[in-house]
Amino acid sequence: MNSFLKEVNDKINGVPLQRCYHCRKCTAGCPMANVMEYNPNRIIKMIQNGMKDEVMNSSTIWLCASCETCITRCPNEVDIARMMDALREMSIEQGYAPKEKNIFRLHDSFLDNIKINGRINEGLLMVEYKLRSGDLFSDMVMGMGMFLKGKIHPISPRTKDMAAVRKIFRDTK
Amino acid sequence: MKLSYYPGCSLHGTAKEYGESVTAVSAALGIELNEVKDWSCCGATAAHSTNHKLSVALPARDLIAAEKDGMDVMVPCAACFNRLKSAQHHMKHDDKLKSEIEKIIGSKYEGSIAIRNPIDIIINDIGLDELAKKVIKPLKGIRPVSYYGCLLLRPKEVCNFDNHENPVLLDKIMDTVGADVKQWSYKTDCCGGSLTISMTKVVNNMVDKLMSMAREAGANCVVVACPICMANLDMRASTSLKLPVFYFTELLALAMGVQGPETWAKLHTVDGTPLLKGLGLI
Repeated sequence: MNSFLKEVNDKINGVPLQRCYHCRKCTAGCPMANVMEYNPNRIIKMIQNGMKDEVMNSSTIWLCASCETCITRCPNEVDIARMMDALREMSIEQGYAPKEKNIFRLHDSFLDNIKINGRINEGLLMVEYKLRSGDLFSDMVMGMGMFLKGKIHPISPRTKDMAAVRKIFRDTK
Repeated sequence: MKLSYYPGCSLHGTAKEYGESVTAVSAALGIELNEVKDWSCCGATAAHSTNHKLSVALPARDLIAAEKDGMDVMVPCAACFNRLKSAQHHMKHDDKLKSEIEKIIGSKYEGSIAIRNPIDIIINDIGLDELAKKVIKPLKGIRPVSYYGCLLLRPKEVCNFDNHENPVLLDKIMDTVGADVKQWSYKTDCCGGSLTISMTKVVNNMVDKLMSMAREAGANCVVVACPICMANLDMRASTSLKLPVFYFTELLALAMGVQGPETWAKLHTVDGTPLLKGLGLI
């Protein structure tokens, strides 16, 4: 059986996490560290210690905003942002329930929108997300304002070759 | 100068004033833009957060379509720019992935064209001297801070067009058109990105910090080059901290006497009209 560390390293396919010497520079610059369950450095340590369920079930992997500050500052070129992407992808593939459900629901609604239109219709995206999350009323006034300013519209130009877009989704599963 | 143009989804929607001002300013600078044929969405945060191969394949379809026209492609949206550049980077450094992607798309990717942001094009192709010659209404009284955010700059080996810790190119452009650009140290701090919808309170705090620092630096507005930065800064600041936020191309259009800035300013949540009127610029 592969260790969790090897599994994550294989998925990242770059600088291995063993290169981290825990200077915590990633965490010092992380804009989300203060709201994360475990900070980014702690996640690396937990992976090294084989704490798979704790990592996969944590809010941290979903709260990473992908700002990429960590990777630009890591003295050992450990790609922590890519690590967070890899952990999210692995958690979906292996059936872990996302701790931050609404963040996942937004990603899923976004990709659904591309599957249907090839492009994002921001109005329809918000409707789908709101129905899925049950958060129906926040930002309603803002949405109406955007509609009145012609920034969101129920009909928007689509990609014509939808067969090509659908093939991308099918073949990258 | 002729370029392909990838507007991405938001420049036809919630960021239509960015799309319109980019097009208008490009025309005034003698740049001819040709929209990439039948483009599709780059996949944005949703794709790279959940499926690496999908996050390369979606932009790859657009890059392959663009390179058929043989011109570099201008990508004004910082998020699209980052995804297209990342796809290019991954395909360049991973042959196995590249051939898998080519099989999915059904066409070869040559990597023959550059992916360019308008800031880079104005600085390196048009030049600040040329830009200065086009200014008919210097932006006297406009005191912006330049906000670059994340996706134009990071990771540095992917984006690769300005210093990733202290970028200056947008400051130079605003300075050239007569604005009194304020220095601040929050140029590249994150605004929270797409978490604005699912984690609104967290993003409120991030934006309030940015706006407090902009005010402390003496700014009367913020200049951005990203639809997500715009959405968050324009909509998520506390009432007492709000400042008008402009796409840099809106202010370039104003300085160059191009039609549109009055209409665009009204499209933001914080209406930029009172500031521009008060300074006698519109």
